Amino acid sequence: MIPLSWYLVVAALLFGIGVYGVLARKNAVAILIGLELMFNAVLVNVLAFWRYLQPGETAGLVFAVVIFAVAAAEVAVGLALFIAVYRKFGSSDVDDINLLKW
Amino acid sequence: MVTTFVFLLTAVVMLVAALIAVLKDNLVHAAMGLVVTLFGTAVLFVLMEAYFLAVAQVVIYVGAIAILIVFSIMLTRRVGAAWGAQTNPTWPFALLVAGLLTVLVTRMVRAWAPDQVLPAAAAVPADMTARLGAALVDPNGYVVPFEVASVLLLAALIGAVYVAWGGRKAEKETHK
Repeated sequence: MIPLSWYLVVAALLFGIGVYGVLARKNAVAILIGLELMFNAVLVNVLAFWRYLQPGETAGLVFAVVIFAVAAAEVAVGLALFIAVYRKFGSSDVDDINLLKW
Repeated sequence: MVTTFVFLLTAVVMLVAALIAVLKDNLVHAAMGLVVTLFGTAVLFVLMEAYFLAVAQVVIYVGAIAILIVFSIMLTRRVGAAWGAQTNPTWPFALLVAGLLTVLVTRMVRAWAPDQVLPAAAAVPADMTARLGAALVDPNGYVVPFEVASVLLLAALIGAVYVAWGGRKAEKETHK
């Protein structure tokens, strides 16, 4: 059986790549892609701990199902916002969204 | 032996695809990298014997969220426009933060050494999917979180439609 720490290391690397994407990207949709990578790293972590610590319980799986629903809601609202922002500013670069900047 | 090989192959493919997803200037290519990463996560779920979630991962993430992302990439750019650089000038700081975070978490995992500390994992019951389904609608189980999640999803989707619609004025301008 694959050691638990391998899953944790893969999830950490995936999370790190996602953090880089969120911080370094200009385009709002690209930032959302980085966010999705982070969500997936967290899902891998949750399920790895479920598998290795409590494989007979349903709690870990239910947690993952709720994460799925929240991720879907987040993506839907985020993309709708970006489309509304694009309509107003003609761009989806986060640098151009500077209405609150004096 | 076979599972180890599958795990290592999946991990390498997944991480390379994730790098494509955050580094490519062409965002459609980046979205394809995201799709491959999501598939890799589904393979890891199969290796962890979370079969229901592996299928849900493919249906929800690869089937719905990836399509949504591709659509919004295409809706928020001018036709034929060049992609240009998609990275902020401050990317070295982003690399520093992400690199430090990864190194710290990896070192923490190594210092904890869960493979030595924890007892060997028990087997997953064969009827785990049926148990999950029963737990999601069981009043003594997780029916409240399940319903809260569905109400959240409904509210988010109605809100998304309202925000993206932009009212009658925007609709008229679009169809001019």
